[in-house]
Amino acid sequence: MKILKQVNIKPILFVGFLIFIGISYFVEFTPGILIAGNFKDFLLQMVMVIPPIFLLIGLFDVWIKRETIIKHLGKGGGIKSFLWVFILAAPMAGGLLPGFPIAYSLYQKGARLSVIFVFLGAVGIGRLPMVFFEATFLGWRFSVIRIVASIPLVIIAGIFLGKLFEKKDYKLPNGNMLNQ
Amino acid sequence: MYSIYILTIVLVILSFAINRQKTKKAFVIGAKKLWHITPPFVSILIGVSIVLYLVPNDVIVKYLGNADSYFGVVIASIIGSATVMPGPIAYPLCGILVQQGVAYSVVAGFSSSLMSVGVITFPMEKAYFGSKFAVLRNLISFVIALIIALVFSLVSGWLI
Repeated sequence: MKILKQVNIKPILFVGFLIFIGISYFVEFTPGILIAGNFKDFLLQMVMVIPPIFLLIGLFDVWIKRETIIKHLGKGGGIKSFLWVFILAAPMAGGLLPGFPIAYSLYQKGARLSVIFVFLGAVGIGRLPMVFFEATFLGWRFSVIRIVASIPLVIIAGIFLGKLFEKKDYKLPNGNMLNQ
Repeated sequence: MYSIYILTIVLVILSFAINRQKTKKAFVIGAKKLWHITPPFVSILIGVSIVLYLVPNDVIVKYLGNADSYFGVVIASIIGSATVMPGPIAYPLCGILVQQGVAYSVVAGFSSSLMSVGVITFPMEKAYFGSKFAVLRNLISFVIALIIALVFSLVSGWLI
């Protein structure tokens, strides 16, 4: 449960929030009602996305061998690793938030840090559902220019950050709630 | 959205057909991880809903609509970093901005930082990967958003 300590969550925050919302509705306090609406929208969106993501993480944990990840996404994976993580990120839903636990699972199975950085970058720039939205409202030209400009930047940044962190022998915090 | 359900269902059925025990284990692992991540997750959602209230769409339109290009890019990228918005809200907003005459570079800075820089999600990122990782990744993603905006200002009138 170390991660909870790090994020420093207290149930009182949530309870306080609920009380605030309840009172807001009672006295018709508009900001409170609007915030509650935002919260509901986001919660519904995440509730739709999160459970299948974690089920996939579970399957990944059980079926994919560590050696496979090390071979393709680890130290000897080469430039092809980046192609893999772009493919992995493309169908993702829900943005960075569900991206973190997936990236963490990849890292635990032996993916190297630069690959993790590129994966998170790819989650930001290259999710297909988002690209369709973007193209609908801003046009295909916009999407194509943005993606063509983004891909090399994300890969170069990932390689650079990976090298930097590996040089310093960076260790992730071992508040490892995922293995409990 | 549906694609992820189809993918999950197909893989679960496949997994179950090959090995029931392993599939059960996968469910348990997934459920445990989900359980552990729920409290920080909910608190981030609370943060997001408050920030979204404080920075509503018409405020974004007002600030970006009047800003000149270079200043606008920086402001747009900062707003994009500070907020979290689901795509179905973000891109229609971008469309409105363009219709109001906001430069493509400004919109690109906004949407890029929105999608890859997360100030609100920082606590979660820090918990998984540590603060150095989270700080540097967000900083570099912010710079990338600025460069993408620059690319748009270079090609505007020519490609777009």
